[in-house]
Amino acid sequence: MHTIILDSETDFNGWRQAARRLALNEVKPQEVTWTVRNAEPELFAATEADHLPDVPEGTFNVPAKFVELAKAAILHRNSERFARLYRLLWRLRNLHDLLNVATDPDVAEINAMAREVHRDEHKMHAFVRFREVGRVNTHFVAWFEPEHHIVELAAPFFAKRFADMPWSILTPDVCAHWDGHAISITPGVAKSEAPGEDRLEETWRSYYAAIFNPARLKVKAMQTEMPQKYWRNLPEASLIKPLIASAERTAVAMIANEATEPHKPQKRPDEPMALKQAQDAQARDTIAALRDEAADCRACPLWQDATQTVFGEGPQGATLMLVGEQPGDKEDLAGHPFVGPAGQMLDRALEDAGIDRASVYITNAVKHFKFVQRGKVRLHQKPNTAEIRACRQWYARELAAIKPELVVALGATAALSVLGKITPINKNRGHLIDHDGTKVLVTVHPSYLLRLPDVKAKALEYQRFIDDLKIAADQLRNAVRAA
Amino acid sequence: MDVQRKLEILADAAKYDASCASSGTEQRDSSDGKGLGSTAPGMGICHSYAPDGRCISLLKVLLTNACNYDCLYCVNRASSNVPRARFTVDEVVKLTLDFYRRNYIEGLFLSSGIIRSADYTMEQVVAVARKLREEHRFRGYIHLKTIPEADDALIAEAGRYADRLSINIEMPEETSLAKLAPEKDVRAIRRTMGRLRLKLDEAAEKPATKTRPARFAPAGQSTQMIVGADSASDRTILKTSANLYGAYRLKRVYYSAFSPIPDASRALPLIAPPLVREHRLYQADWLMRFYGFDVGEIVDGHESGMLPLDIDPKLAWALRHRERFPLDVASASREELLRVPGFGRKAVDRIIATRRVTSIRVADLARLHIPRNKALPFIVLSDHRPSARLLDAGGLVERFKPKATQLGFGF
Repeated sequence: MHTIILDSETDFNGWRQAARRLALNEVKPQEVTWTVRNAEPELFAATEADHLPDVPEGTFNVPAKFVELAKAAILHRNSERFARLYRLLWRLRNLHDLLNVATDPDVAEINAMAREVHRDEHKMHAFVRFREVGRVNTHFVAWFEPEHHIVELAAPFFAKRFADMPWSILTPDVCAHWDGHAISITPGVAKSEAPGEDRLEETWRSYYAAIFNPARLKVKAMQTEMPQKYWRNLPEASLIKPLIASAERTAVAMIANEATEPHKPQKRPDEPMALKQAQDAQARDTIAALRDEAADCRACPLWQDATQTVFGEGPQGATLMLVGEQPGDKEDLAGHPFVGPAGQMLDRALEDAGIDRASVYITNAVKHFKFVQRGKVRLHQKPNTAEIRACRQWYARELAAIKPELVVALGATAALSVLGKITPINKNRGHLIDHDGTKVLVTVHPSYLLRLPDVKAKALEYQRFIDDLKIAADQLRNAVRAA
Repeated sequence: MDVQRKLEILADAAKYDASCASSGTEQRDSSDGKGLGSTAPGMGICHSYAPDGRCISLLKVLLTNACNYDCLYCVNRASSNVPRARFTVDEVVKLTLDFYRRNYIEGLFLSSGIIRSADYTMEQVVAVARKLREEHRFRGYIHLKTIPEADDALIAEAGRYADRLSINIEMPEETSLAKLAPEKDVRAIRRTMGRLRLKLDEAAEKPATKTRPARFAPAGQSTQMIVGADSASDRTILKTSANLYGAYRLKRVYYSAFSPIPDASRALPLIAPPLVREHRLYQADWLMRFYGFDVGEIVDGHESGMLPLDIDPKLAWALRHRERFPLDVASASREELLRVPGFGRKAVDRIIATRRVTSIRVADLARLHIPRNKALPFIVLSDHRPSARLLDAGGLVERFKPKATQLGFGF
């Protein structure tokens, strides 16, 4: 039988060295007794003579995960932990996958210990309550009673959080102190050493009482997360019982009370309303007025899932009007047409064709985003004929308001909306079409260019797109000259 | 009015906002000695719990509970007779720091009634965050309520200081919002959520430079829906959630059971808050976000559009899809395992790691933290196969129903 005496309850390095020596000497787990050097070392003086042979040549590896696990589990207050850890280590030498077997009793037990230690550490981070000592040269002091040996584990959290103030956390085991530079650890003390109150606690208790909703009592849920063993050191806990006791009465009274006469607010904000009416009185069919009207459009169901109506944008006197298909994900969020990837493609093409985007009126045939949700992405869906038809009124009114020299329809949906019938792009692109007195040019939608996988085809199609836009640019120049 | 009285009024006014999370933000601390505070890595920290079972992580207050709006469900509506108060910027800053130094809180959750205008209100809220961050170098958690339609520059500034921003959608349906909160505009709320998402995306794409960190609300945005103040079904609520998660990449949708409030409006039914329903909605929400369920799968098959109250939504789904069970735990895919009643995400991880090495038996379920009674009818283990009759039995659902207990307060 071997007896190993560790330096302290948290002596991981001592345990590690001893465990390694024992394992390399093939000492079976049942042949070892583990203990901690306590205040009366003479008690163990007899057994301390026990010597193991020197470490023989050789080494063995354990998964890094085991070291993590052991570092936590060794802080557990269970006095069997050193032996259980050694038993797990002993088995791990030959079963490298053992830690993955969550159903193994040894693994489950050590996992549970580590989990309880981490939970206790987390609760210490949460439930330590500092009390201020002294108004000048203030020092913040807390009293805490941890379940496990976690003070040294938990202390760095407080050092990083409260680096600019000196603090001490006193416990019956050990105490941790921070002086602004380093953490020091001293022996445990009695509760009477800790300050008994703080000037803010009354305010904190008022907050605790006020934030509680008496109409939804869930005492069990509270106790699961804040077990009663912590209550004696929480200043707010003295309120728990009275709050529970009066909760039902308060809640029933809230329900039973006759509603009071509604309070008459002194002033209601009426400016925006007045402003809106003034605007309405102005020219009804300016683009601004149309945009306001379209914001509440319910002509088809697409508004339901979308963020907003994305209306056309550009100068009222624009000579060129571009019509796309519908807003995409980004346009729906931003509320502006052609600001997503297709918009960037369009910007580049307009520049290459010598057209200033700022001078163009840009809109879409359908003004709400149609999509299906696929995981985290909203996938664009082509609008159907009914939706295109429902939205056409807005295009017609935009056209009437702008009266452009030329309308360019980008893609089949736009062509359908602008020309009122299905118009194959490839057959009809490259020349102007007269439609009810409006000159129309049809071409592809820039997102078509984005979708082409082949680089060569992409370059070719981009050039064709530019050529179409140049026809538009020429037409505009001719119109200016004619005027 | 002293600060303590103001705190009572303005915390009372803030408690109907369920969110108190302090998790999921960037890691910060004060080890450089130049500031105060840190964020908890990974999960947030709940510093206390109230007897309503809710976590107290942040100092959750309104800047003022005076409000121009008259939302019927709200304790702070213009026509309510509750006492009114208003904090100064300095008072909130000082309270936050005083509470923080004593380790009462992780930080601040600041909201406000709408006073004067959206921009004025937002500017006041931002002023508190600005002072905490710039003057006091406060590095704890800040959650700011965003006022819909506030100016873009104010929203950008809010995102620079805050860890999380939120705007409450309040009602699952536009019609009920129009009825109960006539001044609120769901379209304006959604537009602002859209703006937040664009800014969040931009901050995520653009790498921070040395001089200018691309910072915008690293803990993202969230929202809240009130459950039970209107007649919306669970189906409507969850479909709205799915839409909001998808469109604005929300971190969370909070469901808040409509609760009796002091000086309640005569127009709303005052009953005990539907806490079980609220709980079921959270479970369904989790199924959508972490268990691969589509919203339709969760709500379809319930005639009324309501989730059952007596059993959880995953179990209800499994009972409607008995043809998919029993599932062999030794060979089922991860996606399939996640759909077994009683199997949580961690349990599934452990099962997958364990079954590579050894088979899983009935006795192992406890070590995997899986409730036996719930899972056994649906799974095959190396020493267990449910009888064919059990899955076919009409009475299977009875096995899972809780013993009759009284819910709410007895009146």
